[in-house]
Amino acid sequence: MLSISALHANAGDKPILKGISLTVNPGEVHAIMGPNGSGKSTLAQVIAGHPGYEVTGGSITYMNQDLLELDPEERAQQGVFLAFQYPVEIPGVTNAYFLRSAYNEIRKAKGEEEVDPMEFLDLMEKKLKLVDMDPAMLHRSVNAGFSGGEKKRNEILQMAVLEPKLAILDETDSGLDIDALRIVADGVNALKRPDNATIVVTHYQRLLNYIVPDFVHVLAGGKIVKSGGKELALELEQRGYEWVMDAA
Amino acid sequence: MGSSIETLVNREYQYGFVTEIEADTIAPGLNEDVIRLISSKKNEPEWLLDWRLKAFRRWQTMTEPHWPNVKYNPINYQAARYYSAPKSVKPLQSLDEVDPELLATYKKLGISLTEQKLLAGVAVDAIFDSVSVGTTMKDELAKHGVVFCSFTEAVHNYPELIQKYLGSVVPYSDNFFAALNSAVFSDGSFCYVPKGVRCPIELSTYFRINAAETGQFERTLIVADEGAYVSYLEGCTAPKRSTNQLHAAVVELVALDNAQIKYSTVQNWYAGDKDGVGGIYNFVTKRGKAHTNSKISWTQVETGSAITWKYPSVILQGDNSTGEFYSVALVNNKQQADTGTKMIHIGKNTKSTIISKGISAGEGQNSYRGRVQMLPKATGSRNYTQCDSMLIGNKCGAHTFPYIEIANDSSTTEHEASTSKIGEDQIFYCKARGLNAEHAISLIVSGFCREVFKELPMEFALEAQQLLGISLEGSVG
Repeated sequence: MLSISALHANAGDKPILKGISLTVNPGEVHAIMGPNGSGKSTLAQVIAGHPGYEVTGGSITYMNQDLLELDPEERAQQGVFLAFQYPVEIPGVTNAYFLRSAYNEIRKAKGEEEVDPMEFLDLMEKKLKLVDMDPAMLHRSVNAGFSGGEKKRNEILQMAVLEPKLAILDETDSGLDIDALRIVADGVNALKRPDNATIVVTHYQRLLNYIVPDFVHVLAGGKIVKSGGKELALELEQRGYEWVMDAA
Repeated sequence: MGSSIETLVNREYQYGFVTEIEADTIAPGLNEDVIRLISSKKNEPEWLLDWRLKAFRRWQTMTEPHWPNVKYNPINYQAARYYSAPKSVKPLQSLDEVDPELLATYKKLGISLTEQKLLAGVAVDAIFDSVSVGTTMKDELAKHGVVFCSFTEAVHNYPELIQKYLGSVVPYSDNFFAALNSAVFSDGSFCYVPKGVRCPIELSTYFRINAAETGQFERTLIVADEGAYVSYLEGCTAPKRSTNQLHAAVVELVALDNAQIKYSTVQNWYAGDKDGVGGIYNFVTKRGKAHTNSKISWTQVETGSAITWKYPSVILQGDNSTGEFYSVALVNNKQQADTGTKMIHIGKNTKSTIISKGISAGEGQNSYRGRVQMLPKATGSRNYTQCDSMLIGNKCGAHTFPYIEIANDSSTTEHEASTSKIGEDQIFYCKARGLNAEHAISLIVSGFCREVFKELPMEFALEAQQLLGISLEGSVG
C-alpha cells in the first residue's frame, strides 16, 4: 500500500529526514516512535503533503502511484488521512459543514454522488457514538474553543467519517487523559479493516497498550534506527531511547 | 503565504457581457438643459424639475470629497452621459410587453422576472441602465396595500408620498454625490408599506448598468408606515468595460413609529481587471431615519466595484429605536473600499449594533470608517461595534477609522477590533481533508463572515457565499 524509499526532506535549509525506508501493507498497524526532534511528525506531515517541507530525495509510492506528485487534497481524496497533532481551529465554520464538505469531496473523487445534509446527519449519528461525542458539537465551529481532548476526538471522528485507506495518527495520545485515550484507541480499533492500514506516531508506549502495532520503528536523527514487533515498544518503555541510538 | 497563494487563474467575471439593445441615450455632458431634458423625457411635474435644478445649482458649488482612503484619477463629469434607456421601454401594462432581449439579459443574470421569482416568493423591480423595465408581483402586493414600483411611476401615481419623503433623509445638499444624484437621477424603486402591514414577500431590486460611458444614478425610497415591516434586497451587476463608470445612487429609508425595515445588498458591480483597468466607481449614499420604537437594519455584502465609497447609516431619531449594520466588504486585485456606517443617536434609549468584516486580498485596500454619535438627549443609549479584518497574502491592506462621540453620561459604547491573516495551517488542514485551496479559502472566509451572512435572507446568503468564493479566485492557491 505504502512504500517509502530513502526519503530525504528539509524544513527550509535544514535536513530533517535523512533516508527513511518503510513499507506498509494493508491490514497492518505500524508504530513510529522516537525521541523529540527525531523527525516523527515531519514524516507524518510529508506523507500528507505539508507545503512547509521540501522532499530532497527518495520516493513515496502509494497504491502504485507516486504520492509526491499529488497535491495534499488529492492524497486525502485517495484515502490518506492525517490526524493532526495540533488540530486547527476554523471559526464560524460548523463541524457538520466542514465534515460534510470533506466527505463529499472524497465521494466526488471516487465518482460517487454527494450526500445532502439530512443523509449526512444520519451517518454522523453512528459515527459520533464511536468516539462518544455529543451531537451538539456538530454545530460548534471546527475545533474552536475545544479542549485538547475534544480536538483529538474530533480528529478520530473525522477519520471515522472519511474512512481512509491509510491513517496516520500524529501524537494523537499527547495531552489525553486515560479515559480519553481509551475512547480514541477504541475508535481507531473499531475502524481497523483488512484493507486499510494505520501508522501511529507516538512518543510514549502508553497508547500502544490500546492500539496494538504489528511493527514498531524507532526514528532517531531522521533515520529509522531499529524496527521490530510490538515487544520493541515495551523494551523502549523500560530502557529509554539511548541504547537504540547507541547501537545505531 | 508566499508561493502557494498566488497561482490560481482568475475566473472571468461572469456578468461581464453587454446586451445589444437599441438605447435612447443623450449626448455626454451636464448642464441645466440636460436636467430639463431628463425631466421632460420622464414627463415630470414642475416641482420635481425645480428640486433637480436646486440640487444641480448646489452641486456646482460643491467639490468632490477626497477624505476617503481611496485613490483614483479625476472624474470628468462632462464626459459622462446622464441618461440611457432601452428604447423599447414604454409604460408597460404587463411583463409580457418587456423586450425579449432584456428578459434574456435578466435570465442570464439568474434573475427571471417571471415564474422563478414568483415561485420563490420575491417581487422584483429590474433597473436596466437608467430605467425600470418591470416590476413583478404587483397584484399580490396590491392586495396588502403595498406599493412597489419604479420611481418614475411613483412620481406620477403617488406624488404626495414622494413630495413628502423625497430628500427627507438624504437632502440634496447632503454631499457632492447625493447632490449630483438628486439633479440627474433617472429612475429607481419606490416602496410604501401601509400602517400595520407586514409585507408578505421579499422585495427586490436588480440593478444593471449596460450602456457605455453612462453613469447610473438611481434613487430608492422606502417608507414603512407605523407598525409596518418590509425586507428589501438589492443586487447589482455591470458589463466588463475598460473605462470606469460612475454609480452614484441614493437610498432613503423611513421607518415610522414601531416599523421595521431590513435592507440587504449584494453588490457585485464589475470590479475592473486584475491590473485595475475599468470597473465601477460605486459612490453611494444610503441612510435611514428610525422613528420611535422602530428598527432599521442594513446588511451588505460588497464584493464588486473598483472603488466602493458608502456608509449605510441610521439616524436614530425616535426614542427606543434600533439601528443595525452588518457588512462584509471584500477587495481583491486593485480594488479599493472605504465603507462603514454612521449611527446617530438622537432619541433616548436608542441602540445600535455594527458588525463589520473586511477581507483584503491581492493588492486590495479595505477601510472601515464608522461614526457613532450620541447626542446630549440620547440618554441611556448603547452601541456595540465589532470590526474584524482578514488579510490574504501580503500586498493588501486593512485600515480602520472609527469615530466615537458621546455627549451624555448615561450612554455606553463598546468597540472591538481584530486583524488576522488567513493561516497556511488552516488551508493545509482543509486540504488534508480533501478540500482544494479555493474551497478551503472560501470556507474559511465564509466562516469569518458568518455573523453577517446569518442576517441575510436564505437565498441571498447562499449567493453571497458563492460570490465571495468567486471573488477570491486568483488571490489564493
